Amino acid sequence: MTPAICVEHLTVTFGEGMLAFRAVDDVSFSVMPGTAFGLVGESGCGKSTVMGAIAGRLTDWQGKIAIDGEPISGRRTLPQRARVQMVFQDPYGSLHPRHTIERTLLEPLEIHGLDDRDRRIGKVLEQVGLPQRFRYRFPHQLSGGQRQRVAIARALILSPKVMLLDEPTSALDVSVQAEVLNLLKTLQEDQGLTYLLVSHDMAVIAHVCDQIAVMREGRFVELTDKQRLIAGAVENDYTRLLREGV
Amino acid sequence: MAKPTQPMLDVENLKVRFRTLAGPIEAVRGVSFTLGKEKLGIIGESGSGKTMTGRAVMRLLPKSAEIIADKLQFEDVDLSTATERQMQSVRGRRIGMILQDPKYSLNPVMSVGQQISEMARFHLRVGKREAEERTLAMLEQVHIRDPHRVYRLYPHEVSGGMGQRIMIAMMLVASPSLIIADEPTSALDVSVRGQILELLDEIVVSRGIGLMFISHDLNMVRSFCDRVLIMYAGRIVETIAASELENARHPYTIGLLEALPRIDAPRDRLAVLQRDPSWLEPTR
Ligand SMILES: Nc1ncnc2c1ncn2[C@@H]1O[C@H](COP(=O)(O)OP(=O)(O)OP(=O)(O)O)[C@@H](O)[C@H]1O
Ligand SMILES: Nc1ncnc2c1ncn2[C@@H]1O[C@H](COP(=O)(O)OP(=O)(O)OP(=O)(O)O)[C@@H](O)[C@H]1O
Ligand SMILES: [Mg+2]
Ligand SMILES: [Mg+2]
Repeated sequence: MTPAICVEHLTVTFGEGMLAFRAVDDVSFSVMPGTAFGLVGESGCGKSTVMGAIAGRLTDWQGKIAIDGEPISGRRTLPQRARVQMVFQDPYGSLHPRHTIERTLLEPLEIHGLDDRDRRIGKVLEQVGLPQRFRYRFPHQLSGGQRQRVAIARALILSPKVMLLDEPTSALDVSVQAEVLNLLKTLQEDQGLTYLLVSHDMAVIAHVCDQIAVMREGRFVELTDKQRLIAGAVENDYTRLLREGV
Repeated sequence: MAKPTQPMLDVENLKVRFRTLAGPIEAVRGVSFTLGKEKLGIIGESGSGKTMTGRAVMRLLPKSAEIIADKLQFEDVDLSTATERQMQSVRGRRIGMILQDPKYSLNPVMSVGQQISEMARFHLRVGKREAEERTLAMLEQVHIRDPHRVYRLYPHEVSGGMGQRIMIAMMLVASPSLIIADEPTSALDVSVRGQILELLDEIVVSRGIGLMFISHDLNMVRSFCDRVLIMYAGRIVETIAASELENARHPYTIGLLEALPRIDAPRDRLAVLQRDPSWLEPTR
């Protein structure tokens, strides 16, 4: 089977010359369709940068990235972009402050030429547990958790194959987190979605992910899986520290 | 649990109302609590009014908001009648706030080091050199690796967790006596988070300050805070000693505890809260 995401020797450097800083250093992994891959590690170790390269937010990287077997580069076609959707760590920065929620959700539908727009918006709001009256609100009129649900809705509305989730539930209270995690699982079962998930909460990682990579200073220090993580059968001391901090 | 002390903050029947095109929205609907030299956790549903409660104390709300309270007293300042000028000497200097959206609250066109430096110059009235040195020391204190590199970075060039720690550093330079921390560690991994909590704890104890700690992380609040307020739909539904959280009575609090994923008890689907309309009514 072709992996949904295949990353080979990914390296990302910021700055030049004396100031050059290697944020991601020769990282390789692949994720099979319909499975979830977790990225964990210290703050600043390069997790969001890996996601940014796969999402096409960053264009300056070395190595190979393929989605569904199709190699991608800095420039992407419209269908390539629809296939991979990302939910950002910082929901406020990623929503346009002067657009209502409805307009925010309408925009991807327009860009990708999808019809039946009103129904799609209604459905996706329901999926993320937001009342329909929120359509007419602006981001600053929402709480942090409500904004994050809008960001998830915006990603879902294009029916992507791959979802890149950067701390998708850290701004949510645990009851809404439970709803969102259950929703992610249902979507995975029904539509065969593939996830790449970053979270600092090892219980969330263990709940969602089949494979887990532990990152430190731009590199992978351990690759493990759900069973081993739950059982505590991890090799690296840093992984153990993360796990026991729960 | 910390000994109850003379409260530095006294809030009675606080309401926050927004005027919107679709009619008024009452985000906070009659909240009362006091805060002494302690770590007071605030947990509660997303949208329940935690952030607005914190911002009301700072009087940091948009123009469309109205604050109504029977009492809103901070030390010798009556926050409900204080002039904007008086508030300027309170905000940042005597009450510090760590905002929920760190990157959004930073100035995008100034390096993060410069921003902390300016704070130090403004609040401590020190020279440029000294402000810079204090900033580097501060960055180190919040466990930023390589402070010299990070000093020069702009907000969009730092990671989520670095942004959070930069906000903490900025707030701490002024030595406030009350800190309102809104989700201060949500983007931090456990190891850095532990160090930041230790730092906050040390400051609360050694400087004798009060901390309002807004968080979604039940386990963290349980082990870090002294007391916890649980909010639901703009009201406080339960107040409990953090160590007693296990024995919470309100069905919302119990539901929260059950919704937690647990690494030692994996399950296919997580328990979802069944919300009861009666929770919207004031508790007697
Ligand atoms: N545009 C940029 N210019 C310069 N440095 C950058 C830029 N973007 C990221 N970095 C640096 O790359 C490193 C990795 O950042 P990244 O955002 O990937 O971390 P992260 O693992 O997601 O951390 P967190 O858990 O705190 O979000 C950091 O040291 C950061 O300062
Ligand atoms: N400017 C505004 N206009 C109208 N309503 C607003 C405005 N700002 C916030 N609200 C509403 O006020 C309520 C309380 O918001 P608040 O930000 O205090 O929630 P919160 O408890 O901090 O939630 P979270 O945990 O998601 O951050 C929310 O339902 C929100 O939609
Ligand atoms: Mg990140
Ligand atoms: Mg909030």
